[in-house]
Amino acid sequence: MRYETPTTTKEAATLLHKEKGQAHILAGGTDLLVRMKMGMTEPTLVVDIKHIPAMQAITKSAAGFKIGATVCGAAMTEHAALGKAWPGIVEAANLIGSDQIQGRCTMVGNLCNGSPAADSVPAMIAAGAKAIIVGKDKRRTVAVDKIVTGPGKTSLAKGEVIEAITLPARLPRSGDAYLRFTPRTEMDIAVVSAAVNLTLQRGVVKTARVVLGAVAPTAVIVAKAAKAIIGTKLDDEALEKLAAACSAACNPIDDKRGTIEYRTKVAGVLAKRAAKIAYQRAGGTL
Amino acid sequence: MSEAREFKYIGQSTIRPDGFDKVTGRANYGADLSLPGMIWGKILRSPHAHAMIKRLDTSRAEAFPGVLAVATHSDFPSVTDQAIESGEGSLTLLDLARNVLAKDKVLYHGHAVVAIAAKTSAIAEQALALIDIEYEVLKPVMDVREAMAAGAPILHPDMFTQGLAEKPTTASNVATRLEYKMGDIEAGFKDAEVVVEREFYTPTAHQGYIEPHACTVRYEKDGQSMIWCSTQGHFDVRASTAKLLGLDLGKLKVIASEIGGGFGGKTTVYLEPVALILSRKSGRPVKMIMDRDEVFKATGPGSATRSWVKIGARKDGTITAMQGRLAYEAGAFKGSPVMMGCMTAFTPYAVSNMYIEGFDVVVNKAKVAAYRAPGAPQAEFAVEMLVNELAVKLGRDPIDLRLQNAAKEGTQTIYGPKFKRVGLVECLEAARDSKHYQQALAANQGRGVAAGFWFNVGGQSSVHINMNPDGTGTIVEGSPDIGGSRASMQMMAAEAMGIEPGRLKPIIGDTENVAFSAGTGGSRTTFATGMAVIEAAEDVVAQMKQRAASMWNVTAEQVEWVDGVALNTAGEDRLSLAEICAGADRTGGQISGRGNINARGAGPSFAVHLCDVEVDKETGKVDVVRYTAVQDAGKAIHPKYVEGQYQGGAVQGIGWALNEEYIYGADGLLENAGFLDYRIPVASDLPMIDAIIVEVPNKFHPYGVRGVGESGIIPPLAAVGYAVENAIGVPVTDLPLSPPRVFNLIQGKG
Ligand SMILES: Cc1cc2nc3c(=O)[nH]c(=O)nc-3n(C[C@H](O)[C@H](O)[C@H](O)COP(=O)(O)OP(=O)(O)OC[C@H]3O[C@@H](n4cnc5c(N)ncnc54)[C@H](O)[C@@H]3O)c2cc1C
Repeated sequence: MRYETPTTTKEAATLLHKEKGQAHILAGGTDLLVRMKMGMTEPTLVVDIKHIPAMQAITKSAAGFKIGATVCGAAMTEHAALGKAWPGIVEAANLIGSDQIQGRCTMVGNLCNGSPAADSVPAMIAAGAKAIIVGKDKRRTVAVDKIVTGPGKTSLAKGEVIEAITLPARLPRSGDAYLRFTPRTEMDIAVVSAAVNLTLQRGVVKTARVVLGAVAPTAVIVAKAAKAIIGTKLDDEALEKLAAACSAACNPIDDKRGTIEYRTKVAGVLAKRAAKIAYQRAGGTL
Repeated sequence: MSEAREFKYIGQSTIRPDGFDKVTGRANYGADLSLPGMIWGKILRSPHAHAMIKRLDTSRAEAFPGVLAVATHSDFPSVTDQAIESGEGSLTLLDLARNVLAKDKVLYHGHAVVAIAAKTSAIAEQALALIDIEYEVLKPVMDVREAMAAGAPILHPDMFTQGLAEKPTTASNVATRLEYKMGDIEAGFKDAEVVVEREFYTPTAHQGYIEPHACTVRYEKDGQSMIWCSTQGHFDVRASTAKLLGLDLGKLKVIASEIGGGFGGKTTVYLEPVALILSRKSGRPVKMIMDRDEVFKATGPGSATRSWVKIGARKDGTITAMQGRLAYEAGAFKGSPVMMGCMTAFTPYAVSNMYIEGFDVVVNKAKVAAYRAPGAPQAEFAVEMLVNELAVKLGRDPIDLRLQNAAKEGTQTIYGPKFKRVGLVECLEAARDSKHYQQALAANQGRGVAAGFWFNVGGQSSVHINMNPDGTGTIVEGSPDIGGSRASMQMMAAEAMGIEPGRLKPIIGDTENVAFSAGTGGSRTTFATGMAVIEAAEDVVAQMKQRAASMWNVTAEQVEWVDGVALNTAGEDRLSLAEICAGADRTGGQISGRGNINARGAGPSFAVHLCDVEVDKETGKVDVVRYTAVQDAGKAIHPKYVEGQYQGGAVQGIGWALNEEYIYGADGLLENAGFLDYRIPVASDLPMIDAIIVEVPNKFHPYGVRGVGESGIIPPLAAVGYAVENAIGVPVTDLPLSPPRVFNLIQGKG
């Protein structure tokens, strides 16, 4: 196995593109190293991207935030402006693992690992986040919801590397929230999760996006759930409609972590709760 | 002992002697010893829950470059069906041999079949894939109900139920039926005005110790062998391994490494005999380390159980009858702790009429091992749930009702003896008077109260204390330290000798440098080994007095020993312990004390727990919001570690009640062999566990000690279980109370 530490994204993309065997990008390694230890993958090349300056910072501009691909969960917590604008994204990224994991794990790693239960992904999709992708010859920008195509699968081509995640400029009176359900408080994996991002106008929901995690092969954008609350002040009726739409959108599996029925019901419960938190964060009063 | 005794060192919370090594990472655990020329052992495990081994050919693996030895069951010379004492559970030698390497048949997912030793663990791993093995898959039996049903697949065609009135003629999965009775159960129920009864289920739960099993062994050509391993009882490892391999005890040295938890699960052997066979065959030292999934699949969990209990009482609260039927899973080989379940179930109560029967049932799961108060949590769960229900039916406070019926000095137990002084009443009173019990519950909250009884044991312990010329000394004991017992030994010796604890270094000797000592289990170490330590310390003191007497030309009787100093009652002379040690060469050579005992009179420890939960009724999630553990320590030698035992027991019990369970597929394969999906609680899941130490001295120990290690895991199952029942208003019968189960109970689909 070769281990490379390129200092530019392009160099990383070129290394990955050239490799004939099994090549993997190493960000925090909290998924990759576990998979290697379990013998699930035996790479011939590991490209560590942590030495690439372009991936290391969180920057704020008129266009919004740009979060480098190697920024870890703990660094996101420390960024006050990010937390103020996108508390739902930060809380989602912070749910990953424990303190130790937070010092390593990245949102891009979380995304590219392709787990249906990945915590930061529903929140990023709800926010309308985009991924800046760098290939050997070209760059492209793609909505985060287009990256994961199935469990463990992404739409990235061979040699493509995500350099950063961008979040749109935050409109006033906006709020987001993410909740997951786990039997334990930490060191656990979401049985169901829900992210809600919305903007208010005089206390009425003007735009909204509702995304569920762990209830289908990939995160699910529930347009009907968003529609159920748009134009409302999140009254009980709107919330019940939102919950029903979420439950209806679920296509979960029955496994040791939860039954189909349980996941379906709890998805609605979490979506309601997340919507209320987002609403209050946007300045609404319930 | 007198209750008012003043202690100089006992009762303080000193810094543990093993603490520095542990926090700096210097402590050596089971996997930490490497030897020159050492090779690595790995095990091929069954992918099926129940199957015949049709063909087994290891020749391709043996021929693989780097492979130095292969072991199978046929490498156990001539193991017979004799019973061996192996820690807390008893297993026949043949079953033990068949558990560590399967013979003809695999009986659970993960059952060891072949072991390979190779130059590297990677080579050993690769070679496992070259073993040619064919199975004929059989239907697995995964629950006592299935196992006891007519026509169930039979695990052992040669096993016939013992303890039946008539000798059975057909093989059965029920290894043993047993019963205990007292009084007249029918009359007791006739006398009752209120009766409660219910069936309960508790799941298979693992001890969840953090350190996986590991060992390094060396078999020498002259037959002198060595095992370094993580164990609760290295003398037990020696006995089992020596018998399995046909060795003299004197030729097998076992060294206990530091141990990262055991909770009963490290009272038997899995790797050690296998590694020694590999070493004998290869002529090399062999190291073996289990992965976490091997620990879950193939080492002893605690029994899953099904129970039925019925309790009758008069309207005035007097319990008149208690009846029960317990069926415990033994795993693949007989030997569940159902007998302990029967002995403990009703024992917190002074009731004239009791009847309980128990069934030891084999199923296609890993052979169970001891787990903290083995057998008691499951049985007492059922009883305590019902006592709470009874309190509601009688309109009584649950603690008050227990006080009315509590076992006390003179109470006849169902298993034989009458109680000497015990502290149940004091624990109940402390719980009743606690701030916790006064606190009102908020919305969606519920409260549970439960008591727990455990015998505690004594047994053999051997200790010597070697004094150095500068007045320091070494306490050599034979009980592996799992819970901070070295600190307690140090304090007890210091108290008996009248010197600072820090002057004495406690160590765990190997099987050659200290005489036989029973393992650390049954909450025996601080009690029994503590007694041996005190005896050895008193022996040192007696010799000190003699040496001083000889220096002063007086008799030993004329010398008094006060705070580590010899005083001449016939004059003004004083000699400190250090001075006597410094002059030992002139008074007859160095000084060492000895205490080899077989301790009797272990004092039972009762516990009473209070639990408040809050239930999220939309998701079924249960949060423990307040928890108090009250328990009788007799005398808390080191109060902080006593509290730690209460808290640790409570946390394990809470985990068992809320989320821990082995999850099997329909094919009998274990689906959650790891800590991600076998959910022991993490720190942030729980509030601080308040510990209240009650001290009702055990008069058979010089300082009043009762064991405290186990009782704390007994009450949580019902304390949590009933708190949930109280919060949701629906009867609880099955554990764990995981969110989906509680959700279903709330939805009326329990
Ligand atoms: C103890 C523990 C607890 C955990 N708890 C949680 C949890 O609660 N919630 C949760 O969602 N996850 C959890 N995880 C999983 C993991 O921590 C997260 O998915 C994490 O965000 C992965 O980030 P990473 O930087 O460590 O990824 P890595 O392991 O470095 O990479 C993951 C995958 O993404 C690819 N990749 C990484 N960076 C890029 C890039 N820039 N461009 C293209 N591909 C890339 C890698 O090649 C790899 O396939 C846990 C893991 C552990 C070990």
